[in-house]
Amino acid sequence: MTGWSRHTGLAIALDQENVDTDQLIPARFMSTPRSEGYGQFLLNDQRRDHTGALIEAHPLNLNPKTSILVMRRNFGSGSSREAAVYALVDFGIRVVLAPSFGDIFASNAVNNGLLPARLPDAVIDRMIAQLGASTAQVTIDLPSSTISIANESVRFDLDATWRQKLVNGWDDIDLTQVHADAIAEYRALRAQQKPWIFSAQETAG
Amino acid sequence: MMPRTLLDKLWQEHEITRRDDGASLLWVDRHLIHEGSHHAFAKLAARKANTAEPGLTYGVVDHYAPTRGAPATTDIARMISTLEDNAERYGITCFGLDDPRQGIVHVIGPEQGLTLPGMLVNCGDSHTSTHGAFGALAFGIGATEVAHVLATQTIWQKKPKSLRIVINGQLAPGVGAKDIALAWISKLGADGARGQAIEYAGETVRSLSMAGRMTLCNLSIEGGGRFGMIAPDQTTFDYVRGRPYAPTDADWDRALEAWASLKSDPDAAFDREVEINAADIVPIVTWGTSPEEALPITSTVPEPNNLEGADAQKLSETLEYMGLRPGQPLSDVVVDQVFIGSCTNARIEDLRDAAAVLSGRKSKVPGLVSPGSKLVKEQAEAEGLDRVFVKAGLDWVGSGCSMCVAMNGDAVPAGNRCASTTNRNFRGRQGRGARTHLMSPAMVAAAAVTGHLADVRPLLAGRGVA
Ligand code: SF4
Repeated sequence: MTGWSRHTGLAIALDQENVDTDQLIPARFMSTPRSEGYGQFLLNDQRRDHTGALIEAHPLNLNPKTSILVMRRNFGSGSSREAAVYALVDFGIRVVLAPSFGDIFASNAVNNGLLPARLPDAVIDRMIAQLGASTAQVTIDLPSSTISIANESVRFDLDATWRQKLVNGWDDIDLTQVHADAIAEYRALRAQQKPWIFSAQETAG
Repeated sequence: MMPRTLLDKLWQEHEITRRDDGASLLWVDRHLIHEGSHHAFAKLAARKANTAEPGLTYGVVDHYAPTRGAPATTDIARMISTLEDNAERYGITCFGLDDPRQGIVHVIGPEQGLTLPGMLVNCGDSHTSTHGAFGALAFGIGATEVAHVLATQTIWQKKPKSLRIVINGQLAPGVGAKDIALAWISKLGADGARGQAIEYAGETVRSLSMAGRMTLCNLSIEGGGRFGMIAPDQTTFDYVRGRPYAPTDADWDRALEAWASLKSDPDAAFDREVEINAADIVPIVTWGTSPEEALPITSTVPEPNNLEGADAQKLSETLEYMGLRPGQPLSDVVVDQVFIGSCTNARIEDLRDAAAVLSGRKSKVPGLVSPGSKLVKEQAEAEGLDRVFVKAGLDWVGSGCSMCVAMNGDAVPAGNRCASTTNRNFRGRQGRGARTHLMSPAMVAAAAVTGHLADVRPLLAGRGVA
């Protein structure tokens, strides 16, 4: 994954709360290999009719170049399916602005270079009112945690580790391998103190 | 020493190191995987990494498991064989489709004794909080994190804040763990426990069976909490003892000794506490498309007229999706079908609860009963519960996630209304356009025999059920 520090793109608002991962990508699409692209499935049941045709009036269909979403609270709640993040990322979404996110969704997002930026309810209210059905050019700056829209600039909340991961495009496995000795030491001690945790091991035949 | 919460103790026990930014590297005692792990295995293969501890990793076919006959499509069959192949390649024990121990991951972990008090359990599934019912640190993770656990047997995690939900008082007959869960979620909101680890405590929780405790912890995520946990006690130890993977002999004695300390110290401080009186809880059903949209069965559908602006608009949209009339009594809502299953409510106790209502009665609507595991199925058949369901007119099918997530082909048709023992009433969860009402197994049985959402309590009269 490559990191990023600054992004300028087209923002739209969807005035919806509790947009869960089942809506972001319905389960029936999840047996598709990632290589086929998950962007086509993003919010499928809102964006497409029952024949699979795109519903023209949907804001995302009107603005397929959208890279920033403004949403209401509890975005990405529900299942741990990382496919919900793949659908957003493959569609071209880089940033979601919302008052709150599902915990697992937010970590999944950061692991895929998607920024889940938390903003106070009042700020989101104002953005949704201002944007309405229109679009706006928005710039997100990760190092300073700011969003610039029109002449205004607001700060968003982001965990410091997550900022670093997004900026550097870090992969946790590399980071963890630095601690290989500490892990080995821990494991040896645990096996000695709590042997029953390990004694259940069996090898698949 | 400072008094510590159960969360503090479990965290400390699993912490290998902590970074300057506060993230902890935690040791994972059990890693459970299912068909959804294919993205993680692809990541592993891409970086030519191996599994660190295949012996601590267990796989099971559940999300795509057919409940009747062969897999519905070749895509579904491929999802199942991909898991079985990956497990074999990496030396992971897998409870495949033909294994007599197959079932839903959160049912079989405890059933097999793979889940034990004091463990850290990870699974690429949000309802992993279920395992917290044993006094374990159990939480759901995404595919990138699954790859990380496979490669290192560790997980980076920031310690959540602590929330204690204390439930005291006597539950009324016909009221159970599902009602407790829906009660607190509707009170605090679907994101009410976000960023918090929940410990359930109080005499009501202590009096719950392990099945009830698992239901309660399972639903933590529906209130936004990634962790739910209950301190282990004699009920826990009695459940665990003798399970296939549980410790035996000297190990059992040592384990019991270690498990005795797994509880919050009397003076331990929680970041937040919520109290609920069990006597106030009545059977609850959801009416909307978020688990927070839940009300006692005795109430009426909310009215947009009582709200303003955007809120009224949103409520109208939800009611339209759900096909409900504002102000309509919930017990007037006619259902098209029922589903009894899922990791929330498909254990033997749940099936007994439903059968107690259905026994000697007919269901007015069609429905599926999918036991949580093959072993639950076997047990239910030994008790004759399958006959109760079949005589009532319901389909007794194989075990798996089935209609909880509609991945295996079992789906609720668009516009159909389903009374369901599952955990999510999200739009499209049980199939595109499906209308889901969440409730307890006894309440689903009540909906079946009456043909509408119904209070189960009168139906239990004279049946000697608690
Ligand atoms: S039964 Fe439903 S909630 Fe449970 S693991 Fe399966 S899909 Fe997830």
